[in-house]
Amino acid sequence: MPKKLYIEDIEALAVGAWILGTGGGGNPYPGLLNMRQAYEAGCEVTLVDPDELDDDAQVATVASQGAPIVGQERMKDPQVIARSVRALEHYLGRDFGFLMSLEVGGGNAFYPLMAASRLQYPVIDADWMGRAYPELQMTGLCAGGLQPYPLASVDPRGQEVVIQNATSWKWLEDISRKVCTAFGSTTSICLPPCDGGNVKQWGVPRTISAAIRIGRAVRDAQRNNDNPVPVILGETNGMLLFHGKVVDVERTPTNGFLRGAIKIGGSEEFDSMNMKIDFQNEWLLASIDEEPKVMSPDLICVLDAVSGEAIGTEAIRYGQRVAVIAMPPPDIFRTEEGLRLVGPEAFGYPMAFQSVFAQ
Amino acid sequence: MRRVGIDVGGTNTDAVLLDGSRVAHSAKVTTTDDVTSGMRAALARLADKQPLSNLDAIVVGTTHFINAVVQRSELEPVAALRIGTPASRSIPPYCDWPKDLRQTIDHGIWSVAGGHEYDGSPFLPLDEEAVRNAAVQMRDRGLRSIAICGVFSPVNAEHEERAAAIIRDVCPDMSITCSSALGRIGLLERENVALLNAALVHLARRVTDAIVAAARELGVAAPLYFSRNDGTIASIEDTVRQPVYSFACGATNSMRGGAFLSGLKEAIIADVGGTTTDVGLLQNGFPRQANSTVRIGEVRTLFRMPEVLSIGLGGGSRVSEDGSAVGPRSVGYQLAQKARVFGGSTLTATDVAVARGSAKIGHALEQGAVPLHVQHAFAQTCQGMLEDVIDRVKIKAGDLPVVAVGGAAFLVPDTLRGASDVIRVANAECANAVGAALAQVAGEVDHIYKDASRAEALEDAQRRACERAVNAGANAATLELTDVEEIPLAYLPGNSVRVRARVIGSMATAGSDGQPTGTSAGNTV
Repeated sequence: MPKKLYIEDIEALAVGAWILGTGGGGNPYPGLLNMRQAYEAGCEVTLVDPDELDDDAQVATVASQGAPIVGQERMKDPQVIARSVRALEHYLGRDFGFLMSLEVGGGNAFYPLMAASRLQYPVIDADWMGRAYPELQMTGLCAGGLQPYPLASVDPRGQEVVIQNATSWKWLEDISRKVCTAFGSTTSICLPPCDGGNVKQWGVPRTISAAIRIGRAVRDAQRNNDNPVPVILGETNGMLLFHGKVVDVERTPTNGFLRGAIKIGGSEEFDSMNMKIDFQNEWLLASIDEEPKVMSPDLICVLDAVSGEAIGTEAIRYGQRVAVIAMPPPDIFRTEEGLRLVGPEAFGYPMAFQSVFAQ
Repeated sequence: MRRVGIDVGGTNTDAVLLDGSRVAHSAKVTTTDDVTSGMRAALARLADKQPLSNLDAIVVGTTHFINAVVQRSELEPVAALRIGTPASRSIPPYCDWPKDLRQTIDHGIWSVAGGHEYDGSPFLPLDEEAVRNAAVQMRDRGLRSIAICGVFSPVNAEHEERAAAIIRDVCPDMSITCSSALGRIGLLERENVALLNAALVHLARRVTDAIVAAARELGVAAPLYFSRNDGTIASIEDTVRQPVYSFACGATNSMRGGAFLSGLKEAIIADVGGTTTDVGLLQNGFPRQANSTVRIGEVRTLFRMPEVLSIGLGGGSRVSEDGSAVGPRSVGYQLAQKARVFGGSTLTATDVAVARGSAKIGHALEQGAVPLHVQHAFAQTCQGMLEDVIDRVKIKAGDLPVVAVGGAAFLVPDTLRGASDVIRVANAECANAVGAALAQVAGEVDHIYKDASRAEALEDAQRRACERAVNAGANAATLELTDVEEIPLAYLPGNSVRVRARVIGSMATAGSDGQPTGTSAGNTV
């Protein structure tokens, strides 16, 4: 049975999704504002567990593509997202029955909700990443070898493009990125269609409700003046990696990506130790005293040590007091194919994946 | 240079006469409800000590504007014009505001097509007819102040300026706030700043007129300026146009004053007042700025504001009977009635400091009035609170000198972990007014460069910032680059980088060799 989402759930989702964004994914705040507007206007969104889907249920995956900074000026509009779904329905000649998020980490957690506020389809409690990653092939869709076409991309002025065919998810990524650039480096996309069976096999289950639970726990801890970090660990099977003060931030301009590294000087039990975290939009590789410790696809989250809220790679700065935690990766990325897509080597780190949870 | 600085705080209004680099006189009076009469009293007290002749400037830092927003009083109804439809349509102006503040200010929203892309090319042509129709409706509703906010206007302000011209044509008396003049990238936050500004412009006119009149009454003839949040100054005309920039200048003025009085450029300033201690970091002589959104009256904004940490430790802080707990509750402005050194019954931080011999305030306490173990516990608590906040405010490891200013600077002990030295300065109690009197002028840009070399981008940003500073009244010869930040942008084509640059220099005066200051020179009163 689809479960009604209350506005309090959606408020908590903004906090939890930002944490699962592992430093990237874009701030969920504009998505939250959109949903507040929608709920004030009387709309209601429902969430359905993936296990309740029929194998032939028709699923539309929606996302925003583009530069987060453009999203700060041209904010996402539920009507435009709904148009991307309608465009693909029109092309396919059939309607979808469900909406799903491409990535639960960051602003894209809100995309299916915003679409649902217009289309009234239930939202599936799952996504294709379990976190945030920068490209379309870094997903369960690709790991599962699902069909990489067609994709609809729309802009608010009325432009609509359907990519009819692509021979791989990487090609789909490259072509859709060109369309995105032409639209002003922000676009709403509806990804290649899939069915309920695909979701159950290759989706990352129950991530929307997990983000809501994490967000609610953080807000409760803040209200009670509790330390939110252990609470988050409890909600996520996570592990505390480090805490301390950011002592260095280095950002390097490279084509289309925000790359760099931060250094953290340890405090208390980590006193006299240093952590370095390399990032490419998201936090990807954490080393303690030069020794690689945690790497993608393990989730690395940098949290404000006091509020427990996530700090993104674009916003992190000198002097912030942070706690660094790890969470276990989704099963779909633990396979050979999954690791080829999102393991350390996919990001140029010459090392074999070793999960911090297996050490 | 002879300058008067006035800082209106929550409790006290301070004024100083700065002669060159010497504090010639100072005065402290209680802040009045109407604010202006307190300022008049402070100025009169200074004038009693020495005639205020041959002044180069009077600089006022005031809480008027922030109070108006916090109390929802004296705010002007505003017309909001958003340029950018159909982008961002689902998130209209005011959508994240507190309801009561919105009700006070929001007297209509108009959205029209137009705006720009991140690289400055048009998103859509400006719908001039829609702007003209909106202007007619605003005129018919009797609105007198408008905030105009266009998508990506910090990158290209053309549509905001064109819309402003159309509005002016239809409504010649309209006060116009363009968001591009106020803010950075981030549509909602910039629009919020523009809306708040538009709500304050008429109050700013009344306040500046009242201060000009007060100065004239006292026979003081000098250009009048207002302190800004970032420690720089603005002319009356600029303040009336952009009162939001003068929102929260108090903490900045204390820090700038502390820098000046100590002669230090890299230090931590601890301003110990009646209720709180505000601690900030000086970098290159200026307070380090907060990087993220700042909430003003519960509205999200992107202001240039100093990063200041406040703890509940001040001269009026209540002290537990065993001395182990200090603050955050305070007797505040009632210190002179409630503290034991003034015959009251409440044990305050000032009482313990007097008992310990670190302050001389009120009358002496009897031997044993504050037992030794209480004094020790108190000293340890204060020390711990200060050491913690000093550590938190730092951005890198290593000890820094700590400058203790404010009326209760005596609460800062002579040695602190994390402090290379604790510096005490003369006139520490009016550091905030000294900071106001320093009168520096800034120029800032925030621009996205596409495929430019790093050197070209930085040079262009600095040149634009200098132009803005000179237009705002700076002496070009004194301009210094104080802040530059490059952020490479993810997912934009080519190598796009966002550069923020900021220059600061001394005010150009009649005697300096600076560039002409044009319309931005201070008005002589």
